[in-house]
Amino acid sequence: MYNCFKLTLFDSVETNLMTLEPDVSKTIFHDYHVAAGGKMVPFAGYLMPVQYSEGIMEEHLHCRDNAGLFDVSHMGQVIVKGEGAAAALERLMPVDLQSLKINQQTYATLTNEQGGVLDDLIVTCWTEDTFFLVVNAGCKEQDIAHIQKHLPDFEITYLADRGLLALQGLLAKEVIAELVPEANALVFMNGGHASIEGIEVYITRSGYTGEDGFEISVDAADALALADILLDFDAVEWIGLGARDSLRLEAGLCLYGHDMDENTSPVEAGIIWSISKTRRAGGANEGGFLGADVILDQIANGVSKKRVGFLVDGRAPVREGAEIIDEAGTVVGVITSGGFGPTLQAPVAMGYVPTELAVIGTQLNALVRGKPRPITVTKMPLVPQRYFRG
Amino acid sequence: MTDAIYTEDHEWLQIEDNVATIGVTDFALEQLGDVVFVELPDVGAELSAGDEAAVVESVKAAGEINSPLSGTVTAVNEALTESPDLLSSAPQTDGWMFKLALDGDVDTSAFMSSDEYQQFVASNA
Repeated sequence: MYNCFKLTLFDSVETNLMTLEPDVSKTIFHDYHVAAGGKMVPFAGYLMPVQYSEGIMEEHLHCRDNAGLFDVSHMGQVIVKGEGAAAALERLMPVDLQSLKINQQTYATLTNEQGGVLDDLIVTCWTEDTFFLVVNAGCKEQDIAHIQKHLPDFEITYLADRGLLALQGLLAKEVIAELVPEANALVFMNGGHASIEGIEVYITRSGYTGEDGFEISVDAADALALADILLDFDAVEWIGLGARDSLRLEAGLCLYGHDMDENTSPVEAGIIWSISKTRRAGGANEGGFLGADVILDQIANGVSKKRVGFLVDGRAPVREGAEIIDEAGTVVGVITSGGFGPTLQAPVAMGYVPTELAVIGTQLNALVRGKPRPITVTKMPLVPQRYFRG
Repeated sequence: MTDAIYTEDHEWLQIEDNVATIGVTDFALEQLGDVVFVELPDVGAELSAGDEAAVVESVKAAGEINSPLSGTVTAVNEALTESPDLLSSAPQTDGWMFKLALDGDVDTSAFMSSDEYQQFVASNA
């Protein structure tokens, strides 16, 4: 049984933390990060390791070639429960939850009435009437308030005392094969309850690196013991937020609040694949979610701007906020995230441009410290995803 | 060789015959992380103290190097363009960034000695 408390207590616990430690919380793994040489920085209200002693480059490459362990306990783990929960949640996100099998999960966006995105999340079907949501750390309080406002008759539980670890990379499956052979049979976006050396966990085959991997939800009381078990494998090393960012960038994955926010729709963000066919025009369960009029119109008639990926000439990274200019020097867009891709050994970026320029091969320039740097619209992901689809 | 002197912006300078060889310190590079790109000034550029002279880009962040003194750039370390990691592996030798012919006599009293810089870093860490 999960050791959890109800949303009504959320505020008081937050308040207690605030009095102890103004502005920042720590995850259950904090001392482990510090011991591993973690450079701790405030991120979404938590002190998180941006990197460990090896540095971002080494950590990134280690994750791709071996197995990386990420503390993602700052993210919100939320249960929504009640008769008809699937249909009710479908009013808030353009996905088909009623067709999800037990232990199957889907990527989704919480939309607003303007068709913008309040957050992106992973929704897992635990029972016909129980859904497990993992939401972004920086959005969790507003997400919970939003869901509660729209679904007042459902039981919404924030799992405050659970940790979340992600084990990602080429050798993640070798580690899991030794610890929980049955979990190794899971295909991408499926999960299940399991026991790792006696520790009860909920494990899914998912992640945010483009690699095959697992996310493991565990009671805080067992979290450190689980980390010890995983770190005992030679292949497993802690990976910080810096490498998490470069890994997801190479994999073409959006970072909420940067590549997508309440002013951009899933269609503009280029994640139209996340909108279930059944929720689109002509689908069995068409529309019926916040912003459906805007989003369905955009699918039918197109959008004026789109998120695209860029390859960058040379080695100088093009970063968030850099303006994108056309041949005439007119500002046509902006970079929403960018950095150096250690696997690619080249800079990689994403940004928004007018739809007519969002064509693979389009040559543009990004202004870096006032100087134009040639960039080319490119197909994402830049590093092929290696999800296990069975 | 004269002893290197240091700025609060984590640059080192070595002044010989009124030409300053300038780079960044080990400490600054450690903070920045893996260096992937170095942008150097143009030879012949006239810099005033405080002008942006060079940029060091790491995987995650960009660090701007402002010229600690006024003068004319007489040489840049082209090797850094090909091998930016030289900066981290040998910050105060092969990883020098640019040479500046100084405008007249300069007052270096505001800079720190090696010992003073180590103390400065320790007190700001």
